[in-house]
Amino acid sequence: MIIGLGVGGTHTDVVLIGEDCILRETKVPTDHSNLFDCVWKGLEEVTQDVPPESIRRAVLSTTLTTNAIAEGKMVETGMIVSAGPGIDPGSFRTGSHYYCVSGSIDHRGREIQPVNAQEIENVASRLLAEDVRQVGVVGKFSVRNPKHEIQIRDILGNRFENVVLGHRLSGNLSFPRRIATAYLNAAVYPIHSKFFQAVHNSLKKKGLNIPIYVLKADGGTMSLEASLHMPGQTILSGPAASVMGALPFASDTEETLVLDIGGTTTDMAILIRRVPLLDPVGCELGGYKTLIRSLHTHSIGLGGDSTVRIVNGSLKIGPDRQGPAMAYGGPAPTPTDALFVLGKATNGNMEASMRGIRNLADQLGISSEDTAHLIFDQACHEILAAAATMIEGINSKPVYTVQEVLEGHQVRPREILVLGGPAPFFAFRLASLTDFQVHVVPQWHVANAIGAALAKNTSEVTLFADTERGIVVAPEEEFYQTVKRDFDKKTAVGLAFELLRKKCLKEGAAETELEMEVLEEVQFNMVRDYYTSGRNIRVKVQIKPGLIPEYRDIAERLFNFCPLPGAT
Amino acid sequence: MLRTKSKTGLVFFPAFDWAISSTHPEREERLLYTQDQVFEEGLLDIDGIIEFKPDLATIQDIRRVHFSYPDEMSIATESHLISAGGAKTIGIQVLEKNIDRGFALVRPPGHHAMRVVHGARGFCNINIEAIMIEYLRQAYGVDRVAVVDTDCHHGDGTQDIYWHDPDTLFISIHQDGRTLYPGTGFHYEIGGPTAPGRTINIPLPPRTSEEGFLFTLDNAILPILEEFKPDIIVNSAGQDNHYTDPITNMNFCAQGYAELTRRLEPDIAVLEGGYSIEGALPYVNVGIIMAMAGLDYSNVKEPDYHPEKIRQSPDTTRYIEKVVREVMDVWNRGTDMRERSLAGKKFADRERTIFYDTDNILETQKETIRVCPDCSGVLRIDSETDRGRRIFAVHIPRKACRECRETGYQWYDSVDIRKYNQAILQDRPEDQYLVRTG
Repeated sequence: MIIGLGVGGTHTDVVLIGEDCILRETKVPTDHSNLFDCVWKGLEEVTQDVPPESIRRAVLSTTLTTNAIAEGKMVETGMIVSAGPGIDPGSFRTGSHYYCVSGSIDHRGREIQPVNAQEIENVASRLLAEDVRQVGVVGKFSVRNPKHEIQIRDILGNRFENVVLGHRLSGNLSFPRRIATAYLNAAVYPIHSKFFQAVHNSLKKKGLNIPIYVLKADGGTMSLEASLHMPGQTILSGPAASVMGALPFASDTEETLVLDIGGTTTDMAILIRRVPLLDPVGCELGGYKTLIRSLHTHSIGLGGDSTVRIVNGSLKIGPDRQGPAMAYGGPAPTPTDALFVLGKATNGNMEASMRGIRNLADQLGISSEDTAHLIFDQACHEILAAAATMIEGINSKPVYTVQEVLEGHQVRPREILVLGGPAPFFAFRLASLTDFQVHVVPQWHVANAIGAALAKNTSEVTLFADTERGIVVAPEEEFYQTVKRDFDKKTAVGLAFELLRKKCLKEGAAETELEMEVLEEVQFNMVRDYYTSGRNIRVKVQIKPGLIPEYRDIAERLFNFCPLPGAT
Repeated sequence: MLRTKSKTGLVFFPAFDWAISSTHPEREERLLYTQDQVFEEGLLDIDGIIEFKPDLATIQDIRRVHFSYPDEMSIATESHLISAGGAKTIGIQVLEKNIDRGFALVRPPGHHAMRVVHGARGFCNINIEAIMIEYLRQAYGVDRVAVVDTDCHHGDGTQDIYWHDPDTLFISIHQDGRTLYPGTGFHYEIGGPTAPGRTINIPLPPRTSEEGFLFTLDNAILPILEEFKPDIIVNSAGQDNHYTDPITNMNFCAQGYAELTRRLEPDIAVLEGGYSIEGALPYVNVGIIMAMAGLDYSNVKEPDYHPEKIRQSPDTTRYIEKVVREVMDVWNRGTDMRERSLAGKKFADRERTIFYDTDNILETQKETIRVCPDCSGVLRIDSETDRGRRIFAVHIPRKACRECRETGYQWYDSVDIRKYNQAILQDRPEDQYLVRTG
């Protein structure tokens, strides 16, 4: 059995999944001020009377780090940044404990200016005096040569609770994003580790000594231990959980648009033959552009509870939510109220909905029913327009080879999977407005918990070799070695796979999950003075995101609900 | 948060799978370290810098500029179409006002490609700036254009294409032709009889450094632009004036390139040459992008940059002052020269040989222009190569008068086609391109 838990904005969903169906599911109201209690309550409910040894794992998707970042509730974090020539590193300041120090590495990873130990010593003293316990260390081009970041960490020693090194977080180039990513990882470290230690200890106390996994922004899982090194990876795991929950129902020959229509927002993502599309660089959250590997998602402020009002004589839906629909005691009319007026929803206060929509109808000078139709259609059109914009964005991403320009692959989904509260109603209307195949995800109300439960480990390894300098480096893996002149792309790919395999097993992946693939493999002939002097090789490999293999084939059956006795 | 002063577009097309040959300066590796630097600096994330996917230039785009023998696709590879298309994309975005200015960081380059093309010269097959400019004229009615070519090599291709066009001011600043390929670009090369003074050449001595470039900019290029009042300024932004460039002898630097860009304020910049792929391009390109965007580039420097080591000598300074005086003299006499040439012969001839160094072809051209008082004059070219290929080409200029148009058609229709492989008519007012095969 597997436990999947997804913390949402309003509810926390928990499922217990057996070999071929959902055994238990429960919903606990989410209390953002006390996330642990609601998570714990949910876990307790689904595990009641279940023999601990029969539970293989629990996967948690929480909003813990996401909210901490979005609400700016992070601990004081010191940043030590060495840039060398280029954009003023002061432009990327993350807070008051931000120190730019000397030291520089160039694009090929050569040291241009060494680290000044005394300078770092001084910064360390100041950080300690300022009572800063979390530190991020980032150098420009540290992914080409991590020497300076390591030297700085060694000087800092064990005087701080946690020191995050930029080169360990991603192999991608972008100094400003590396700074933001290191900062976020350091700044959410205490809150993340405290929370998960509490979950771990509580389960242990109950005799449930089950491995805990955490869902990441890219829709993959990692072990609790691994997440302590990179808590930033857990941000935006909420939308990722829903997308993974929709995965088993997507076409394996087509491209799919996934729409998660919630109360406040609609989140969208793209699947390509059942594989989620990832963001090419990293996700953005709370104004931070990061190198955190994540699904390519787009969110708009339009959901079932969005406020509907008249602005300059026409309807405007969202982007704010003032409360639930009027049918459920809310203060302002919403698309959900429109569904009540149209008789599609029934289990609420119909009168209140009528009142809210009639008020809008009077301003427009049309009937309430027409107004409700208008609201519903406009919501559908706006969602489709936002999806089209997202797809356009994906398709207009520049490419850098002649071949790619000429191939010009375009994402053209022909299928929509809808989940979220008003999913069935929207699916019906979207189907009549477009020529997409539209499906509702079965058990959509717990799809995020199911997605978390069934997601497999994902990882990526970036490897860079420069045979003229005689080096190969895989920054995230702490791998830095010398190579001979005959080191080539084929060897590089083999090495990258080997490192990836090691990394995944360390992060708690099962052997069966290691479906590895090459994302990028390029080799440049380096020529100096008209003679070939070496090879510049760049390789990126990954574990294809998806569902754990044992469950992949029977995932569809899992969506049957066959309650165990004692389930609430 | 960094935000640009002007909304700046960027097309980045490093053509990582295209090379003239595996060890040629124009090879896959050329923009690799530039990409690394641009990505690592995070330039594409800055609010106000927008990256665009390059369009592909079309055959028709090439036909507005070139007479290609035997045809366009024998001259241009797909990579050239993307490179020219990238320049065109930036031009379109500027004229659509989606961006204030933009930089096409593309390869392969194009400024040595002349009007007639039998092959590749100086690593160039088709002229990517001219293709963009003529597209913008056709699609947006742009009229007056200034091209400022800051590549270290004389932009002889662009000069040739605009030699007879009074609406295009071509200014090339380069290492003196007596010391560098292509061996042209002297101050007395001033444009054809209907456009004298619209070609301005500023040959600078070897080892000119930042001081000399900026002096020339302030005392020649900017005053001339001020008077010409172009609708758009295009910068052919070659980067081989750099002190580390392996095939030239100048002492320019990233700070200087950025400062030049800031003062010049080009609407569109297009990368040309520049072959110091590690020591110069990463820093120069970052400097140019930041200068275009109006960002502070004062800390963009090469790791081995020591201004005192590359400073030009007092002799060089004095020499440059003299060059600038000569250049201003040419500019100031432009109107007089035009009047004088109109009073002269009705038709003017030009004969020359053109060597295609990359493809090893020698071409002989006989060019005749109608020295027209009403337009820039219809042009015919009789071009023959040492491989025995001969074409007859007629160019009817964009604003051709009726008489010139009729003359052009008459030339084209009456040519003895048996003597030529092809006769070609480029009718710019009608945006037409006609070919007869012999």
